[in-house]
Amino acid sequence: MENWSLVSICVLFGLTARWAVSLNSYSGAGKPPMFGDYEAQRHWQEVTYNLPVHEWYFNTTDNNLNYWGLDYPPLTAYHSLLCAHLINPDWVELHASRGHESYGHKLFMRATVLVADLLIYIPAVVLYSFYLSEGSNKKKVFLCILLYPGLILIDYGHFQYNSISLGLALWGVVVLGLGWDVLGSLAFVLSLNYKQMELYHSLPFFCYLLGKCFKQGLAGRGLFLLVKIAVTVLVTFALCWLPFLSDPGQILQVVHRLFPVGRGLFEDKVANTWCSLNVLIKIKTILSTDTQLYFSLTTTLLAILPSSIKLLMKPTLWQFKLALVNSSLAFFLFSFQVHEKSILLPALPVCLLLNDLPLPAIWFLQASTFSMLPLFLKDGLLVPYVVTSLAFLFFSIYLLSAFEHCSEDKLRLGPYRRLLICIVRRYGYLSNCINKDHFYFSITAMAGLSFMSVALAPPDQLPDLFPLLVSVFSYLHFLGLLLYFNIVQIAEPLQSVRKNQKKSN
Amino acid sequence: MCYLYVELQSVISIPPRLIHRGQASVYDTGCVMATPRADDWSWFPALALGVSFLKCILINAYHSTDFEVHRNWLAITHSLPVSKWYHENTSEWTLDYPPLFAWFEYSLSHVAQHFDKEMLVVQNLIYTSPATILFQRLSVIVTDIVFIYAVKECCRSVREEKGSKDLLGHPFFILAALLLWNFGLLIVDHIHFQYNGFLFGILLLSVARHLQGRHLEGALLFTVLLNLKHIYLYIAPAYGIFLLRSYCFTKDNTDGSVRWSSFSPVRLVALGSIVISVGALSFGPFIAMGQLPQVLSRLFPFKRGLCHAYWAPNVWALYNMVDKALSVIWCRPRGARGFLRCLVVCALGSFMFGWHVHEKAILMAILPFSILAVESREDAGIFLMLTTTGHYSLFPLLFTAAELPIKVLLMLLFTLYSFTSLKKLFRGSLLNPLETTYLLGLVAVEILCEVVYPLSPWQHTLPFVPLLVTSVYCSLGVSYSFIRLYVSLLRQHGTDKHKQL
Repeated sequence: MENWSLVSICVLFGLTARWAVSLNSYSGAGKPPMFGDYEAQRHWQEVTYNLPVHEWYFNTTDNNLNYWGLDYPPLTAYHSLLCAHLINPDWVELHASRGHESYGHKLFMRATVLVADLLIYIPAVVLYSFYLSEGSNKKKVFLCILLYPGLILIDYGHFQYNSISLGLALWGVVVLGLGWDVLGSLAFVLSLNYKQMELYHSLPFFCYLLGKCFKQGLAGRGLFLLVKIAVTVLVTFALCWLPFLSDPGQILQVVHRLFPVGRGLFEDKVANTWCSLNVLIKIKTILSTDTQLYFSLTTTLLAILPSSIKLLMKPTLWQFKLALVNSSLAFFLFSFQVHEKSILLPALPVCLLLNDLPLPAIWFLQASTFSMLPLFLKDGLLVPYVVTSLAFLFFSIYLLSAFEHCSEDKLRLGPYRRLLICIVRRYGYLSNCINKDHFYFSITAMAGLSFMSVALAPPDQLPDLFPLLVSVFSYLHFLGLLLYFNIVQIAEPLQSVRKNQKKSN
Repeated sequence: MCYLYVELQSVISIPPRLIHRGQASVYDTGCVMATPRADDWSWFPALALGVSFLKCILINAYHSTDFEVHRNWLAITHSLPVSKWYHENTSEWTLDYPPLFAWFEYSLSHVAQHFDKEMLVVQNLIYTSPATILFQRLSVIVTDIVFIYAVKECCRSVREEKGSKDLLGHPFFILAALLLWNFGLLIVDHIHFQYNGFLFGILLLSVARHLQGRHLEGALLFTVLLNLKHIYLYIAPAYGIFLLRSYCFTKDNTDGSVRWSSFSPVRLVALGSIVISVGALSFGPFIAMGQLPQVLSRLFPFKRGLCHAYWAPNVWALYNMVDKALSVIWCRPRGARGFLRCLVVCALGSFMFGWHVHEKAILMAILPFSILAVESREDAGIFLMLTTTGHYSLFPLLFTAAELPIKVLLMLLFTLYSFTSLKKLFRGSLLNPLETTYLLGLVAVEILCEVVYPLSPWQHTLPFVPLLVTSVYCSLGVSYSFIRLYVSLLRQHGTDKHKQL
């Protein structure tokens, strides 16, 4: 069968799965007074439609920032404004439409997510699968990326617009991979201006482009490229922030809304270091907010340093993908005020590794979906969670033959395997950690924990037992995989002598 | 375990080793057995599981009143003694399927009580707790295993041509995809809510058994099916005549006409005993209790004052089918494939001319026809017409706005796949320009009915117009397919006669 028909069939199937998930409940459905993310998006449409631009981010009588105040950059606000213009004005009437829920409204909101996905994210995935992934598995990789449960459940279940920011970031990667550096940086800046969490990806983009400039020689073409990129970035930023540029107070307020440093090291249960550490040592109470901030900043920087330096020295697409994973995962694990949904930021670049390192990628993607289980349970998305997870696991393992790529050579640990055995004798089998049996054990444990979270009631003294177990279990996976992906990235020799051999993998 | 996850690449490059035996005995099997290696079927569970996942994700979609119908039947069979089953009428959805289906609901109800006991209370009308929805949906998905098994058996009976193809181009792969992922079955069973997958599974299994030459099993399966849902009476003539002609008369004369001396009373008795014993199992308890008239009145509702208008087309349709079946299968039997063609014509004829026919009955023609479609170019062309129009005619079943994208996306998925795969299989276009234009017109009808008309001022005064337009437009396509199918049936009959001379 021709490529175009198979691709269309995969897209249709992906869209059907997405819309079927959207038939379920959303965040905060029927839960006054605060509701949830769905109401937040609707409220932003209300605010942007009715109020002038200079009031969007400020606390006024008409705009109570405590009730889902805007805390994303301007592109989100413009998108909300666009959506508000397309619908029934009753749904965005100032104050009166608060908490509005109806069949038609839900359909409209879900449709906006689908349209955004179809216009931005899915074309980027198509281009990536067919132009930048190697080997004969292009269509299979495409289907597997489309079926990643985490993004589907958050965007079409919980309700968010991650497909826009992640899609734009993916466009950035694809365009950079095709060699158009200026356009790639443009795409990424747009992505950054949609959601500030894309900062997790910013360092790899920066190091990759800077590394390319260095390679081309800072005296000549490299400098020219650097200037072009810098100008593009600044102009794009200026265009996105244009309505706010007139008043420095505006800019400060927006930045203040985007980075709420007053909110503490973490909220709720999230599968990162601080929350897991909090189980043993109550760091939230021991350290002051400022100390927490500096501590997390330092550990984050330390964690991303090796990967960034390696990328700077060797700016290839493969290194870039790995750096994206390592940087965003490090940010997730060590940064300040991280939400569990931010796991989607490392998940996107890991999707790009499905072709090259199928088993670790599938393992990570499954763990990332599992880590958001408490959120899905709160939103009433248990059935979609179970079905999409099982479907993804089955299809990705079957289509990508994940279990046949567990050999040491395929796992690309390189010379570090022996080094690890010497240094850490007790855990010398680290390289053998990523194998079939451990994978099955992990998946069984995830299934067991999922079942317990649903079926059993936690003991009275420990009401958060199951979310905590889920977080800690996921955290251990993320930490282990962070280590693994870092080793893979560092292990690659600077001068790729056997380029062809690597490409054939 | 790794063996199951064999890379598709290695499956694609299987060398041609398919056995192509000549037709040993047209009157025995009428087919050639394709024998793929056992380990080459790893794609089949993938296809089956894929569609099962899709079904699971549709659990929370819209469901019709048929959902309440089956919940009510679960309640009746669980909570009341057998003697009351066909008398109970608290709910308007009284039991009107044959007793074997009632026993099926009874066995389901034993599982249902572990999900939510309240659904089994007869007085709980329109009871739709999440556990009830989950149980009912899962019961349809799980009983579809019969359908999946039947599809596997049908795929094994498909004729294979020589020459290596990639997996996606093999007829048995295409047939499996067309059957397992059939759009009509998906939306009728898993959104609208019915148990057609289970029933059609038994029908297809029976057909497969006949194609494989295991006629007694085929007959048994069909009798069971009749006792599960009596609508299959429409195709009973095809079965009856075929079995009588090709099974009871063991040999034919060289010219193909019946050799009366070869009649085998043993075989006739075997068939008869199967029919009687299944019937006894199903209706026996009710006959013993003297409730047979009541059961029959539920199965064949006899409305006072409308009897002539209500029944005449039914009887006429049955007579018409018997007549056709007789002439084709009796005079010039073409083995199991001829029987299958006749079955499809019977089913389609009953859809065309029967009374009180539901649009879902088009599936009775489409599903068995899929087997013929992957084997002959002409059949593939008729199949594409019939299937596209037939499936589109099911659109009004899902009238809710939330399900509109699902039905459009799934329809596009199935139509795109059926067109591209059959075109590739038979190398070239299968439809003439007029047919293609007609099918493209379906897009215009859809836009008219779902987008343009609801925004027009006539929506409130004449709300039935979209339904009318859909039905009329589709009836053109279905009638056209029926005529072509009929002509192909007669032409085969004619060719044989011609060969004689």
